[in-house]
Amino acid sequence: MKEYFRFLGRCFRVSFVGDWRYQLWMLVLTFVVLLGVNAYAKQFVHGLIETGMTDQVSWGLYIANFTYLVGMAAAAVMLVIPVYIYRKHELHDLVIFGELFAVAAIIMCLAFVNVDLGRPDRFMHIFWRFNFPRSMLTWDVVALGGYLLLNLHICGYLIYCSYRKRKPHFVFYIPFVFVAIGWAVSIHTVTAFLYVGLGGRPFWNSAIIAPRFLASAFAAGPAFIIITLQIIRRTTAYRITDEALALLRNIVTVALAINMFLLGCELFTEFYTHSAHMASTVYLFFGLRGYHALVPWIWTSIAMNLVAMVILFLPLARSLKYLNLACVLMIVGIWIEKGMGLIVPAFIPSPLGEMVEYKPTLNEILVCLGIWAFGLLLYTIFVRVTVPVLSGRLVSDQVETSGAHPARSGAS
Amino acid sequence: MSAANNPTGGGTGPEPVAPEVTRRGFLRGTLGAVGGVAALAAALSPLKDIDKEDYTLEKFLQKHYKEMTPEEMKKVLARIRKEVEREYKLSPHLRDVKPIDGVQFGYALNLGRCIGCRKCVYACVAENNQSRSPQIQYIRVLEMPRGSVDIERGNHHYDRPTVPDEDHYYMPIQCHQCANPPCVKVCPVEATWQEPDGVTVIDYDWCIGCRYCEAACPYWARRFNFTKPGFPRDEAKSENPCGLNPDMAYLSNRPRMRGVMEKCHFCLQRSREGRRPACLEVCPVGARKFGNLLDPDSEVARILAEKHVFVLKQEVGTLPRFFYYFDQEYPRDIPLSAFKTSATGPALPGTPMTGGEA
Repeated sequence: MKEYFRFLGRCFRVSFVGDWRYQLWMLVLTFVVLLGVNAYAKQFVHGLIETGMTDQVSWGLYIANFTYLVGMAAAAVMLVIPVYIYRKHELHDLVIFGELFAVAAIIMCLAFVNVDLGRPDRFMHIFWRFNFPRSMLTWDVVALGGYLLLNLHICGYLIYCSYRKRKPHFVFYIPFVFVAIGWAVSIHTVTAFLYVGLGGRPFWNSAIIAPRFLASAFAAGPAFIIITLQIIRRTTAYRITDEALALLRNIVTVALAINMFLLGCELFTEFYTHSAHMASTVYLFFGLRGYHALVPWIWTSIAMNLVAMVILFLPLARSLKYLNLACVLMIVGIWIEKGMGLIVPAFIPSPLGEMVEYKPTLNEILVCLGIWAFGLLLYTIFVRVTVPVLSGRLVSDQVETSGAHPARSGAS
Repeated sequence: MSAANNPTGGGTGPEPVAPEVTRRGFLRGTLGAVGGVAALAAALSPLKDIDKEDYTLEKFLQKHYKEMTPEEMKKVLARIRKEVEREYKLSPHLRDVKPIDGVQFGYALNLGRCIGCRKCVYACVAENNQSRSPQIQYIRVLEMPRGSVDIERGNHHYDRPTVPDEDHYYMPIQCHQCANPPCVKVCPVEATWQEPDGVTVIDYDWCIGCRYCEAACPYWARRFNFTKPGFPRDEAKSENPCGLNPDMAYLSNRPRMRGVMEKCHFCLQRSREGRRPACLEVCPVGARKFGNLLDPDSEVARILAEKHVFVLKQEVGTLPRFFYYFDQEYPRDIPLSAFKTSATGPALPGTPMTGGEA
């Protein structure tokens, strides 16, 4: 136990150490986090009037980012499945980076839900009167909380074993890995059901939302991981093979194609049927009754996704430069699709047919940036600590100096 | 510490990554920590404006409405009374009004009579102490084109020198007190529930402000306090300068706080004591009817039995307790000649446009 706290202490110290690029990156992130804290403090005092939300559009950027990040967190399984089900063991260590990313993403999700609350001071009410299983929001609390704990356990256990130079015992992590795979699908499904279950919002009341969520998450999440792995490879000595990136590229390609297909299915159903339920979709894609704030966003998103898909299907994507371009396009394109394209239009027009548009305020945007910066800060620290542990340069003093691991010799 | 001494995980050598504690490093660490704390304090500075009364231990520990014993409720009511006295300078008649056995409230609205004057909207605001700034209103009146019940076509912001307009009818919409309320189902903390008399209420001291109920409501009946409710103050008056209604109940019209949901509750501080809702009392044309659905002789029960009533958005399956009907010549008591040359097109030859009831 004492040794474990020593490990945490050393990790804490290591996270402050790095070259000037690392220091600068962390300093910039810290600054943005503080900007976000400042903006949130204002909101905490004056209320959600500091945001662009209204009684008509009662969820905005916060919930949009939350939804997007749930998907990113779920996407960690796309690294886990090849390793543990298809036994591609060369990716073994990469799983840890994927799951660490899931941990950071879930923490960001929880932050986004909390800043969206009108009374964050009463958050603990959820434990006193937990409306389970009736409210989908309580399901989401269980799903996200469980996923966070699972991933913390898996990464924590594997990293600590590596630190102690012990061989991880499969009983302590393999069952958790398999539970986590199923759980990852559940977090995104439950989050989709949060919206799908609302009969009064026809834009969301569609069975295809959950599969679309998963498909887009499995495109944007691994896209993000492709980019971070390259950053890790470039800034640290940690070896990440091109095969790993190629595998992720294949996953992203298929997921994006499925996502576009499902989008097509949805658009056909809405527009060909021409039902009264299509008002929000019309508003989103073409504008309605003279209001069209979201139109440029959604078309930008679709264009980005299409360009990314074309690049991925061409041999071009074997070049990392183009693969990265496609990844960035996907990350941004799907972010817009989730936020501007999925959450906001469901509120426009209102259930009584009123047209009120949503425009986030600067304060609201700063809070979002702060949370993103905080998540990236966490992930950077996780990676910063994990890389030397996995490559054997940060090991426990308690490990016997037998010469079995030459990499460790400096630590004693 | 320089990059040479402590490479980012990037070094290939076997040296330990954990930093050694040197005097210089210690100094830098201390400076960094002090700077960090100072920056955090600066970032948190807006918190100095916080209303400390909002965060007392007493409020933090207050129980859910359904878990409070009568004794505890008494204490809570005393606390709220004191707060209202301090904040709004009036001593309220505040109590917890319980539902009456054998009563299920229902509401019926005669669209044939409503003239769209919005008197109900403002009577409701005054009775139920809604925020005046920003404005919160429970009732929305739509100006509807004749020949359609599609509320998407209603005008929310009609602004005529006089009402009614002959080419339109008017549809007031408020909480429908559904028997199968989606808002209650989704609340993660059970801060909102349906009472035995059918009224869906909110414990304002329990709501966490997630606004899931607002997203779930198909009738847009719920309102959120995006900030602390604001009331214009008449400084000349030493008592009740904000002009609040002192007749208050815990689950209905006591002053709300920032960050919680609120909604129409059929004026339960009135209706549970045998009076009628404020919106009904103020209606100049008698379009609004209210009463006990379980009493076959009540006005509202007779309307349900005798008129052709309908509910809004029946397809969403929420079973509203708020019914609409037309009971006069369509759309209301306007001379028939007015319809002969209406803007919606000429009358069909030989067909008097009188509706079915003539």
